[in-house]
Amino acid sequence: MSIDQSTAAKVAKLARIKVEDDALPALASEFNTILGFIEQLNEVDVEGVEPMVSVEPMRLKRREDVVTDGNQQDKILANAPDAREGFFAVPKVVE
Amino acid sequence: MSDLNKLGLADARDALRAGDVTSVELTESCLKAIDDADALNAFVHKTPEIALERAKAADERIKGGDAPSMCGLPIGIKDLFCTKGVPSQAASKILEGFKPEYESTVSQQLADSGAVMLGKLNMDEFAMGSSNETSIYGNAVSPWRRGNDDAQLTPGGSSGGSASAVAADLCLAATGTDTGGSIRQPAAFTGITGIKPTYGRCSRWGIIAFASSLDQAGPMTKNVRDAAIMLEAMCGHDSKDSTSAELAVPNFEAMLTGDIKGKKIGIPKEYRMEGMPAEIEKLWADGAEMLKAAGAEIVDISLPHTKYALPAYYVIAPAEASSNLARYDGVRYGRRATLAQGDGITEMYEKTRAEGFGHEVQRRVMVGTYVLSAGFYDAYYNRARKVRNLIKKDFEDVFAAGIDAILTPATPSASFGLGEMTEADPVQMYLNDVFTVTVNLAGLPGISVPAGLDTQGLPLGLQLIGRPWEEGDLLNTAYALEEAAGFVAKPGKWW
Repeated sequence: MSIDQSTAAKVAKLARIKVEDDALPALASEFNTILGFIEQLNEVDVEGVEPMVSVEPMRLKRREDVVTDGNQQDKILANAPDAREGFFAVPKVVE
Repeated sequence: MSDLNKLGLADARDALRAGDVTSVELTESCLKAIDDADALNAFVHKTPEIALERAKAADERIKGGDAPSMCGLPIGIKDLFCTKGVPSQAASKILEGFKPEYESTVSQQLADSGAVMLGKLNMDEFAMGSSNETSIYGNAVSPWRRGNDDAQLTPGGSSGGSASAVAADLCLAATGTDTGGSIRQPAAFTGITGIKPTYGRCSRWGIIAFASSLDQAGPMTKNVRDAAIMLEAMCGHDSKDSTSAELAVPNFEAMLTGDIKGKKIGIPKEYRMEGMPAEIEKLWADGAEMLKAAGAEIVDISLPHTKYALPAYYVIAPAEASSNLARYDGVRYGRRATLAQGDGITEMYEKTRAEGFGHEVQRRVMVGTYVLSAGFYDAYYNRARKVRNLIKKDFEDVFAAGIDAILTPATPSASFGLGEMTEADPVQMYLNDVFTVTVNLAGLPGISVPAGLDTQGLPLGLQLIGRPWEEGDLLNTAYALEEAAGFVAKPGKWW
């Protein structure tokens, strides 16, 4: 599997990372190096093997569906790059 | 008493309890050592006020006869741990200015056990790297040098600042985290001890996530006894981490008898790699001899899927990272890029993440995005998770056959020069973790113990891998190895 520039551009778009056009050839080439390394996995016979879900066998714990905290709007907004009137502020989303 | 910063945890604890020193004296000694060591770039956020305040409180508790296990002991905290009101940015530009409103469970438990936080330690960005060269703070530098050569060497990574600080006696011990070898490789590079416990031993809550199914915190210390003391303080069930194990934490220090008679130590043939330096091979053979002399039985074993651990890791870890790092969107915390007129929310995400993430992090997020994307999920991600099960089964098989611990080299080489790997392709850097990454994939405990010096005078480490949840037994085997190896070398002070 070889990754071309348009695939690299598509992946960057999916990852929401801006990559300038002139950086795409180098990026595609790095992807190919890494994927070439990963291709070794195709040598392994995985017939009948389940994909790992949890490394230590344990049952995921459950808790009561109740409110455990809240009323900390100030703390939640304290680290926001742009917070206004008790909300996170972002550029216009809808035209 | 002079040079208090050179003490380890156990010695300092005993001196504190005997009334020979105070925590304030210990802490001031470390703070001075830290200020003198800016050339190492290990401490990136210093917290002297918090340190002295906690030291005074610790001295009061000791006077009152109420001293918990780490009471008054000054330590450093890796920047990956969220610490309330103190910058915690995973060495990334994207978390510039982030001051958590909460404390990670592990750093809280350490504080509750009386430990004194001196500051935050350098690391690779989001713990992605093996040389501490991807940090927004710049490289952390090893206190070690090759003979009289003044070239700067890497302390390893990702917990490079922790390793450098402990090796240079800037603190008595430090926290690290280990996703593919990030505690054990830097410990080996700097002549200190580092243990990654069984997955689920330490709560991950409040530790900035890289690859959640692999990440574990652990101590980086000056000796095995200190590792036992600090690990016990860090471990335990936490309802805030759903993968945290509901198991009692033993008194690890009490298990250090040094008696390993009759223990079966496995030597995996697949770890004998082509092109392995002769001195690493010799160190490994010497280590096996030492354990044998201490009464252990040395057994040749096979872990047939070893070769596939790194490729499986470089699917699973980036996949999980791409998901975990999706939260850095420039909205809720950290840094947002400056936007141009007319930029919408998508441009905000894309510019923020392009500016905020360094090159290696971007690369891993995108590789992760690719292997999880429609059409490739089965071919890459599911296949890697199947191989992961086979790797785990390799270990289960040898443990079922009666093996108590496995001895391997910790790293394929000694520390290398900062900048020396710049031209290499990313896979070359990944090979640093070839002996450690299997342990994360299988969720097992692993410890790196300093065992010798190479011909250039640089430390080399050996790794012991234990059965799940049997850190106490593993620490005891490591203790026996430490006793036999008698590693006492320290870097000469040039900084």
